Amino acid sequence: MIVYDKKYEVIVVGAGHAGCEAALAAARMGCRTLLLTINLDAIALMSCNPAIGGLAKGHLVKEIDALGGEMGKNIDATGIQFRILNTRKGPAVRASRAQADKQLYRLRMKHVLESEPNLDLKQGEVIGLRIEEGRVVGVDTKAGVSFIGVTVILTTGTFMRGLIHIGLTHYPGGRAGDLPAIGLSDQLRDLGFNVGRLKTGTPARLDGRTIDFSRLEPQYGDDPPIPFSFSTERIDQPQVPCHIAYTNERSHDIIRGGLDRSPLYAGIIEGIGPRYCPSIEDKVVRFPDKSRHQTFIEPEGRETVEVYPSGLSTSLPIDVQFAFYRSIEGLERVEIMRPAYAIEYDYVDPIQLHASLETKLLGNLYHAGQINGTSGYEEAAAQGLMAGINAALRVRGREPLLLDRSDAYIGVMIDDLVTLGTREPYRMFTSRAEYRLLLREDNADLRLREKGHEIGLVRENEYGRFLRKRELIGTELARVRETRLVRSEMDETIKAEFGFTDLQNAVTLEQLLRRPDITYGELARFDAASAEVPHQVQEQVEIQVKYQGYIDRQLEQVERSKKMEHTRIPADFDYAVLAGITAEVREKLQKFRPDTLGQASRISGVTPAAVGIVAIALKVRSSQ
Amino acid sequence: MYVKDTIAAISTPVGEGGIGIIRVSGDAALQVATQLFRGTTDGGLQSHRFYYGCLAEPGTGSVIDEVMLVLMRAPRSYTREDVLEIHCHGGSLVVQKILDLVLRLGTRLAEPGEFTRRAFLNGRIDLIQAEAVIEVIRSKTETALALAQHQREGLLSQRIGILKEEVVNALALLEAYIDFPEEDIPPADYDEIARRVENAATGMGELLAGYREGRVLREGVAVLLAGKPNVGKSSLLNTLLREKRAIVTAIPGTTRDIIEEVINIRGLPVRLLDTAGIREAVDVVEQEGVRLTLEKIPQADLVLFMVDVSRPFDSEDQLLFDNLADRRFILVKNKTDLAVTIELPSQLQGVPTMEISTLTGEGVDGLRQMIHDLFLRDGAVDSREYVAISQARQRDALAKGRDALDRFRMNLAVGETVEILAIDLRDALQAVGEVTGETTSDDILDLIFQRFCIGK
Repeated sequence: MIVYDKKYEVIVVGAGHAGCEAALAAARMGCRTLLLTINLDAIALMSCNPAIGGLAKGHLVKEIDALGGEMGKNIDATGIQFRILNTRKGPAVRASRAQADKQLYRLRMKHVLESEPNLDLKQGEVIGLRIEEGRVVGVDTKAGVSFIGVTVILTTGTFMRGLIHIGLTHYPGGRAGDLPAIGLSDQLRDLGFNVGRLKTGTPARLDGRTIDFSRLEPQYGDDPPIPFSFSTERIDQPQVPCHIAYTNERSHDIIRGGLDRSPLYAGIIEGIGPRYCPSIEDKVVRFPDKSRHQTFIEPEGRETVEVYPSGLSTSLPIDVQFAFYRSIEGLERVEIMRPAYAIEYDYVDPIQLHASLETKLLGNLYHAGQINGTSGYEEAAAQGLMAGINAALRVRGREPLLLDRSDAYIGVMIDDLVTLGTREPYRMFTSRAEYRLLLREDNADLRLREKGHEIGLVRENEYGRFLRKRELIGTELARVRETRLVRSEMDETIKAEFGFTDLQNAVTLEQLLRRPDITYGELARFDAASAEVPHQVQEQVEIQVKYQGYIDRQLEQVERSKKMEHTRIPADFDYAVLAGITAEVREKLQKFRPDTLGQASRISGVTPAAVGIVAIALKVRSSQ
Repeated sequence: MYVKDTIAAISTPVGEGGIGIIRVSGDAALQVATQLFRGTTDGGLQSHRFYYGCLAEPGTGSVIDEVMLVLMRAPRSYTREDVLEIHCHGGSLVVQKILDLVLRLGTRLAEPGEFTRRAFLNGRIDLIQAEAVIEVIRSKTETALALAQHQREGLLSQRIGILKEEVVNALALLEAYIDFPEEDIPPADYDEIARRVENAATGMGELLAGYREGRVLREGVAVLLAGKPNVGKSSLLNTLLREKRAIVTAIPGTTRDIIEEVINIRGLPVRLLDTAGIREAVDVVEQEGVRLTLEKIPQADLVLFMVDVSRPFDSEDQLLFDNLADRRFILVKNKTDLAVTIELPSQLQGVPTMEISTLTGEGVDGLRQMIHDLFLRDGAVDSREYVAISQARQRDALAKGRDALDRFRMNLAVGETVEILAIDLRDALQAVGEVTGETTSDDILDLIFQRFCIGK
């Protein structure tokens, strides 16, 4: 091995959505950073769905943006259809989603990476970690070059021992068209990591010229498109529609006829797939009564004819794929440009991580993205960002940035991973967040901007804008609380319309806003000054006033849990001498080695009584 | 902190009895046995076997009592620790003497409930079960015992589990609607959600109503015999006591001015309170007897307001009646074997009434039934399926859960957004979880994936 003479502070292995955020964060925080990838033409590639966001995922993107990450800005620059989902179901479950121009997305991200002065990009396959005294100190590559770095972040995606399945044919690959990473996961296993196997899949890419879109129902984005990033003013690029199509009974018969050659049902695939993103054969088998399944035909870009039929991933043989896709109305003559496939890959049990994403076994080694058993670009990017931040903080000798479950979806996700582990690909859902009402897309900046600025990722001009917004919200909240409307000064027709005729006393704007039938927009009819307030401020004031009761209750719950969440369990805490806990619980605690009492309480099988015993033991220990 | 020392205590009631049991739990149990026990053990005490022998003081070797002894090795014991039981002759002196010996061998006296607490801390029983064990110990009647045992067996957990299922299912329907807006799944089925919430709320309501019965079964009810002198209080008391041989215990009054007897009416523990005996004993004036009765009225769950049908309704009767204004009472018309001359005031028309004769015993069974029915639903307690909550903690949690469901129903009615509705259901789940254990978000997702075809 040739040891490269430049010494890095952070080495990021993999340039997917996790790797890009990790490398950018570290470099922007001033670390000499190296980003290594198997293929420099596949940076930030959307290997599956050409879309960013959706329920809970949109929340993650906003949080990444608030902390100073890149994903939100990148999709704003390259998105071709933006939509807000769940607009009528309440502010916390509203979420942004956008179709991306897949090639533009990756090219822009590559350009951003290349513009970072502290960041080197190199092509190379990492085959092993360099380790000294229980710490990682660099990586070895297949080309015979070693790179030395203080910290290493592994974001291996589906590449570790990747195995692609199409029907009963299978071959090694990290993604269709790319080589797998061989050797790294074997070394991790030898080091004591629990390496498991997961599976995911992707549908075929179809030739849009061979689809009769006139027979499909178009679905347009919002007009005007609303950007993801708190820093984006507006979306200028032209927008395009998606189309909705459906499978039918004949499609399902074709699928059933091909099951004997499905690697999933033939038992060849051993990895566990995501239940929320099953292949079409899974759906047909598990829900035999459903006569049709919906698919969105999503464009992969404005300069390509390739389209992505969502929800129709499969690992069936290519002849079955042809027959199946062509059984769909409007797709009778469709040509497949890239076949659908399933892929199996190695992941590492995330319970072997601290909440900082540093591994418990090997110091200065961080894991982010699919290596931790997650799925999804947004989940990966969020972890990548946190790993990059925490590696940089380590280099600087600072404490890690840890987000609580009450701070962010990012906090919920990482806590779930490190306390519960995962056996199937983990995806974010809003139902995973117990403080859902507090963790909204609209207040991601209020929750996290300050933290992002404090670590040096949020630029001064962005931060200044945020501070102004926050101040305006405070002023406006005070104003609606204090402004009283006197009945005699009100317009008679308005009084009648809102049933104010029997109003006894003067009401404040806040009291009006509490009423379910009065939106902030309608306040302008009583109060001219409201109309002058910027939209983002209006939104905050309206939500904070309307949901105050529920928000306050959740804040109380957060407050109550804080003590446990912040009680740290020392790394050398000895569960073996702890009396009064069962052998089973003891084993769990020894295996997970939770960092805090809060973490301990969420490990499945650890009883409240056992947590109480640990708490008491900690108290005794600290008093000694 | 809970240190793993060895604890010991007398496990049988204080006083004379057939046998007395000293229980020891902890690592030193075996050592205690080998140091004190003289008997054939075939080269070592086997776990879970009874041994006959005697107990002798180490050192002097003087025999204290002949005993049966059993050692239960961890974890197959009540506390999951090594447990030793020494069965000796009942009699407070010998039991106390053996305990003293045991305590000299490096054990300490157990605190009240400590054996059960260890069973709980060692994970052998859950919180509800631990509470139920305490109930078993405190049970005053067989029904209360059965109730506590049912609870210990987890029947209550099961019942609450069923209610929780309904809420989890309702929540899963909402969450699917929230988290998968782009999936081809039907909008939230509010009819089903409302129905499930209704079921859960009803079930919680029933359990909460049962709390009163649970408390009644556990603590019994205080029934005060009230009436002017010579109305037949003592006779009724004696009739009730004599006829039913189910006298559980005779507790001397907490204050010296009242007699308290416990009887069992079809499972209902009844503490009969009577001022009669005292008056005779200390020979106070008749007015004094009435005064004592009046003082006791607020403490009674039920007053048996006795009148003598052969004498007029006089000012003493009226005085008592005036003090019954907001109390639960039964008008007991005694001496129906004599000529009826009494004329009751109009306010006493239509109140719960029973005519009896303590002389012939007529009507006493009816009175007994009437008392029972006032506190317990008929047949409810006889059923093996009967479960009730008996702890204030359980009641508070369930009440919190029901309040959350009430909020849900109100919010659903006014068309609140689905995420607010979900918060109400989560609050309900969390409250109920305080009784039976948590529901995780994964449980909810599991249900969603089972029910809906999800996946883009």
